[in-house]
Amino acid sequence: MNDKANKIAYAVFALAVILLGWQVDNEYYLQLMIFIGLNTLLALSLNMLMGYAGQISLGHAAFYGIGAYVTAILTTTYQVAPLLALPAAVGTAMLVAWFVGIPTLRLSGYYLGMGTLGFGMIVHIVFREWSSLTGGASGFVGIPPLEIGPVVFASGKNYFFLVWSVVMLCLIMCRRIIDSRVGRALRSIHDGEKAAAAVGVDTKKLKLQVFVLSAGMAALAGFLYAHLVYFISPGTFSFVASIRIVTMVVIGGMASIWGALLGASLLTLLPEWLHAFSEFEMVVYGLILMSVMIFLPRGLTRGVLDVYERYRKSHER
Amino acid sequence: MSDNSHLLEIKDIHKAFGGVQALCDIDFDLEKDAITGLIGPNGAGKTTLFNVITGVFPADRGEIRLAGQSVNNRAVHERVELGIARTFQNVELFENMTVLENILVGLHTRTRCGMIDSILKFPRIRREEKQARKRAAELLEFVDLADYAPRRSSDLPFGWQRLVEVARAMAAAPRLLLLDEPAAGLNMSETRRLGDLIHQIRDQGITILLVEHDMSLTMSISDKIVVLDQGRKIAEDTPRAVQSDEAVMAAYLGKAQH
Ligand SMILES: Nc1ncnc2c1ncn2[C@@H]1O[C@H](COP(=O)(O)OP(=O)(O)OP(=O)(O)O)[C@@H](O)[C@H]1O
Ligand SMILES: [Mg+2]
Repeated sequence: MNDKANKIAYAVFALAVILLGWQVDNEYYLQLMIFIGLNTLLALSLNMLMGYAGQISLGHAAFYGIGAYVTAILTTTYQVAPLLALPAAVGTAMLVAWFVGIPTLRLSGYYLGMGTLGFGMIVHIVFREWSSLTGGASGFVGIPPLEIGPVVFASGKNYFFLVWSVVMLCLIMCRRIIDSRVGRALRSIHDGEKAAAAVGVDTKKLKLQVFVLSAGMAALAGFLYAHLVYFISPGTFSFVASIRIVTMVVIGGMASIWGALLGASLLTLLPEWLHAFSEFEMVVYGLILMSVMIFLPRGLTRGVLDVYERYRKSHER
Repeated sequence: MSDNSHLLEIKDIHKAFGGVQALCDIDFDLEKDAITGLIGPNGAGKTTLFNVITGVFPADRGEIRLAGQSVNNRAVHERVELGIARTFQNVELFENMTVLENILVGLHTRTRCGMIDSILKFPRIRREEKQARKRAAELLEFVDLADYAPRRSSDLPFGWQRLVEVARAMAAAPRLLLLDEPAAGLNMSETRRLGDLIHQIRDQGITILLVEHDMSLTMSISDKIVVLDQGRKIAEDTPRAVQSDEAVMAAYLGKAQH
């Protein structure tokens, strides 16, 4: 039953993507939807770590940045074909995650938050200060567009379909992991690390694996971002960006795949609707995080479902 | 080589927490396919011994041997793989997961699907998943909770959660099962049923170490009783002999007077 509902959800989702991509010609709207796609990837990647495995990361933008900078440097400075730079970008982030994860994931709760926060800041400083490689604070210019065979992904429409196909693949990938033996073990860590170990889950290894996977997905988003805008700068991958990703996950609901889509959509559209937003960005995130935690601890998606459920039950009686 | 009728050998175990000597010179063996009762007043060190056997923390001194092999250097999850499963005194189910999912996690060491496998979903993986679900259903049938498979585990009454925990531990296909006060929170008929269940588990060739404050249950189903008091073993004998042991009576009476 669940499986069937899943398939229907995918079908509806795919249809919506195709329809939107086909009907919308306005470059601004296409661009907006592409950004929703990228943010969905980021939220999804963090959700695997935070929502399912229960491990907080306040430095996730670092992996997003690594993906973007590695491809920028390879394709621009070294003229490597973007398609070859892709595995390098994703692989570098995964490798970094692996090294950072070994000591960091021993930490838990607030300490893990502090550890990942520190890591994110260090990476941000590297982007800003290692000017000869990254272009420093003024950013990296002249990143080439993505070419796959004869197709150049330069128009909004092309890119829209590319990004959303990737989102779709990642959604399916995450769903499959969650529904498997591995996903159950991840969720068991969230519910109780001690008990998880006591039933035979290698909690250290699994936390590291999901951290690496999550970093890889964030780097994929970074790669797509770099070849979308042709120009990247350290500010995009700062602490604020990490908090933005956390907020998306919390709004959409921890441990909810479709929630990632919702959280990403809201946080992409909000700054567009509210022009004063950028000045108060951190304040708004703070408020959102606080109110969701207080009123809808399971996120908007689940929260609304819970309220509906309660309403229905009270009317049955 | 050690005597192969002993599944677990607990050798000279010491464990202190700061100034508290929780375990001191604990030494006994578990007979294969037998039920050994481990009793003692509150704070005697029973749960601590479970934690040492399962590897939650290392002993300060001494050795745990399973089927003649030292497991001292094995992590908790590796010991499960080797055949040591347990339940917790304060029920530790995965409360956001269903009863069925809890059992499925219990099957973790007996299934193989990795992260890449789960994404690619080979036929082998589908088969494994199907078998796991079948086995989990059998285990729920065994503890008579099949009807509750899709319920969130935290929705069940406390006593039933204990049974789910037993089934989850059984899922690991253990050689040795450590039960920490499984009857706490059960009513009399449930306790009787638990006694039957423990017998059936033993009859499947699983060795049992049982910590339990319900004396009538412990005395009636155990083949041997080990008594701890303040971290020391003060008796090891048949249930009948232990009941008339003076040191044991003194330990329990002494506690009662506090
Ligand atoms: N993790 C720990 N840290 C510090 N002290 C501990 C720890 N675990 C147990 N102790 C102490 O070790 C002693 C033995 O505790 P333990 O829980 O093993 O007793 P028990 O026999 O299981 O008692 P009960 O019947 O109440 O469950 C107690 O004094 C307890 O306070
Ligand atoms: Mg205890």
